[in-house]
Amino acid sequence: MITLSNINKTFRVARRQAGFGRAVKALFSREYELIHALNDVSFSIKDGEMVGYIGPNGAGKSTTIKIMCGILTPDSGECNIDGRVPWRERIAHVCEIGVVFGQRSQLWWDVPIIDSFELIRDIYKTDEKTYKNSLDELTMLLDLGELLKTPARSLSLGQRMRCEIAASLLHKPKILFLDEPTIGLDAVSKIAVRQFIKKLNTEHGTTVILTTHDMQDIEALTERILLIGKGRILLDGSLDELKKHSSSRKTLVVEYTGVMPTTSEGMTLKEMKDGRLIITLDPEILPVSDAITHLAAEADLTDVSVSGITAEEMVAELYREYHI
Amino acid sequence: MKLYFKYFSIHLKSQMQYKATFFLNFFGRIVMSFATVASVLFMFTRFNQVDGFTVSQILLCTSVVSMAYSLAEVFARGFDIFPRLLGNGEFDRILVRPRGIIFQVLASHIEFLRLGIFIQAVAVLLYAIPNSGVIWTGDKIVTLLLMIFCGAAVFFGLYIIYTSFAFFTTEGLEFMNILTHGGREFGRYPYVIYGDGILKFLTYIIPLALIQYYPLLYLLDRAQSKLYMFMPIISLLFLIPSYSFFLIGLRRYKSTGS
Amino acid sequence: MKKYIALFRIRFINGLQYRAAALAGLTTQFAWGFMEILSFSAFYRANPAAFPMEFSHLVSYVWIQQAFLALFMPWGVGGNAVETIVSGNISYDLARPMDIYNRWFFETIADRVSRATLRCAPILILASILPLPFRMKLPSDLFQFSMFLISVPIAMFAVTAYCLIDYMSAFYTMSRYNAIFVIVADFFAGGYIPIPFFPEPVRKIAELLPFAAMQNMPLRIYSGDIAGMDAVYGIGLQLFWVTVMIAFGKLLMRRSLKRIVTQGG
Repeated sequence: MITLSNINKTFRVARRQAGFGRAVKALFSREYELIHALNDVSFSIKDGEMVGYIGPNGAGKSTTIKIMCGILTPDSGECNIDGRVPWRERIAHVCEIGVVFGQRSQLWWDVPIIDSFELIRDIYKTDEKTYKNSLDELTMLLDLGELLKTPARSLSLGQRMRCEIAASLLHKPKILFLDEPTIGLDAVSKIAVRQFIKKLNTEHGTTVILTTHDMQDIEALTERILLIGKGRILLDGSLDELKKHSSSRKTLVVEYTGVMPTTSEGMTLKEMKDGRLIITLDPEILPVSDAITHLAAEADLTDVSVSGITAEEMVAELYREYHI
Repeated sequence: MKLYFKYFSIHLKSQMQYKATFFLNFFGRIVMSFATVASVLFMFTRFNQVDGFTVSQILLCTSVVSMAYSLAEVFARGFDIFPRLLGNGEFDRILVRPRGIIFQVLASHIEFLRLGIFIQAVAVLLYAIPNSGVIWTGDKIVTLLLMIFCGAAVFFGLYIIYTSFAFFTTEGLEFMNILTHGGREFGRYPYVIYGDGILKFLTYIIPLALIQYYPLLYLLDRAQSKLYMFMPIISLLFLIPSYSFFLIGLRRYKSTGS
Repeated sequence: MKKYIALFRIRFINGLQYRAAALAGLTTQFAWGFMEILSFSAFYRANPAAFPMEFSHLVSYVWIQQAFLALFMPWGVGGNAVETIVSGNISYDLARPMDIYNRWFFETIADRVSRATLRCAPILILASILPLPFRMKLPSDLFQFSMFLISVPIAMFAVTAYCLIDYMSAFYTMSRYNAIFVIVADFFAGGYIPIPFFPEPVRKIAELLPFAAMQNMPLRIYSGDIAGMDAVYGIGLQLFWVTVMIAFGKLLMRRSLKRIVTQGG
């Protein structure tokens, strides 16, 4: 059980200014800006939940994660994870969590992966049986077999990420923090990583907290979404709820031959390029079927496709809506 | 301790991945570190003594300080490059692991390459031991060892202070160089030659003279008191304020994260 | 030419940002210089007759060395050139309409000048108000001072040209370690102890090496250790070595780039 209540965190940042004169001036006096990284942030996460934590860069995502990991102390507010305050009982707390920083590696660059794993085993004082057991399981689920004998430097990004995730789970933590776990991965690796996380959550009941910019991660994985912007929690709900929150507009892609069809009320032309139109449609004004009928009457349609709003567009819309 | 050896062997293993480059650089460093020794030798082609110390006695001093410094450099490398650990997130990783922070920073980097200076210093010491006019007895040997190992500890303490400052700023750290690099570079001569003020500073504030000048007097029979022999042990007290600084810095890091 | 000035400006502004670094740097250099002088004064006490320079000359030598350290040091500047070579990003630089050698040369100079500008004044001021014998004196006359002013940029070009040759060795070794190059230059340019303190035979050779064209020359001209016509000859020697090192560097650059192009990077 994770509970954060009324967490505040402020940073002071020196302002950099452009221009030669100003650079000289800054030698003698410097202006500072106060950044409210977190502003009265409260939420709670139950055991076994899987939560997607989203928001634009600099919104306060990693500050929150760092507080939950015990790396940072907040200015005020309370944070309680399984009965502990992370930054007060650091060692006891970190035994129960696993952390994957997507862009930073914890594996040793020049030695085989298995050596890194054994070192991590000793750092966490994991007993041999538990280690063997979780290593076998992770090897199977993440398909590590051959990779274990390879040094990290000769692995591809996707292979390395699989090993990173395994490294964070060797001590069987109850909570897993994933900070952009799929960044830079190819499609196949992304899918593999997502499937594994899903399985981990359902089979072991591991609580998963995931930050990401990749909306497919969110769609594939999380039931619940926390949206943060400018240090505030803006939305806390399920993906469907969020979808309802944003508009129900559809996108129509139409291919045609001959004369270009005209649009009618409820349709907005987004793009047109030799024989192809992209139209956004508000189904409350004009139902989808009527729109297609209208277009078909105007021109020779060779292909029509209709899609709802993507998670990505939805988030972009939310960002706009909240001015973040 | 067992865990430290695990780290040790994994460092060794990974640095031995590129054996040719490693040994090339290793010997490069041995040659390089002779520059300081050469400057001492050059000076003594013109002068026979400075403040009553002969060239071999000076070399004894030079090598002891180099050895102490290089031990600190090899084994406390994580502190020496601490701003890098902060910058690349390695320190955050340390904080999410269930072990002591100082221990993990120590274990995180061991740079065997820098043992080159140690080897060079051993060579100089082997030359100085018979030529320095020291009558070597059991307690003199103990004194010498105390100088080297407590010296390493004092330099380690300086690195910890450096690290504490690194929590506050990443750009103003150069001034610590005067104490770390300077301590080694100027430690090639007994600190007494720099005058009374400097000697006092290096006795009471940064206790480098306790591992160099005073025990050196004992080695050379210029001071009989056993106190001079055990001065290096007193210098270990320096680790207490260094560690307190570290804790202050750490608290600050945890509240700013930068 | 305009692009070089623009480049210089950017590096210079960039260098100015590091206020705390400059403050820390000048404190360190001041303390360092002070300790150097103290150690030499111990030798002076031991035997003034054996001292190969006038003590006041040595004091000026050390202070000017510390004040302009950034101009003359053979380490720590322009290191991203090596980075560019080792990482292979040099292919991007090849695509730009600018001679790579000139570009690196100017960048390094800009870094040096911006660092020195911030640091030199406080050290020079402090050093000239210290009590004797630690006080830095002005050069004996205008001639000596103008010779010094001519000698400074040439020394800076010399050490920069040398460093570039060192960086370009990365084309062949693909390694970042080049410490021996640095130490040799520092030592024989009088960075550890001034060349007059070298034993006589070594000194005679060292005076003729390219390293003598680096900090050695301006520092000794300023202090008055090299005076009158000797200073003019000294500058002549500097010019000779700078020309040789730049020519060699450019040749090396052309060869190395040809190698890269034919090998496809």
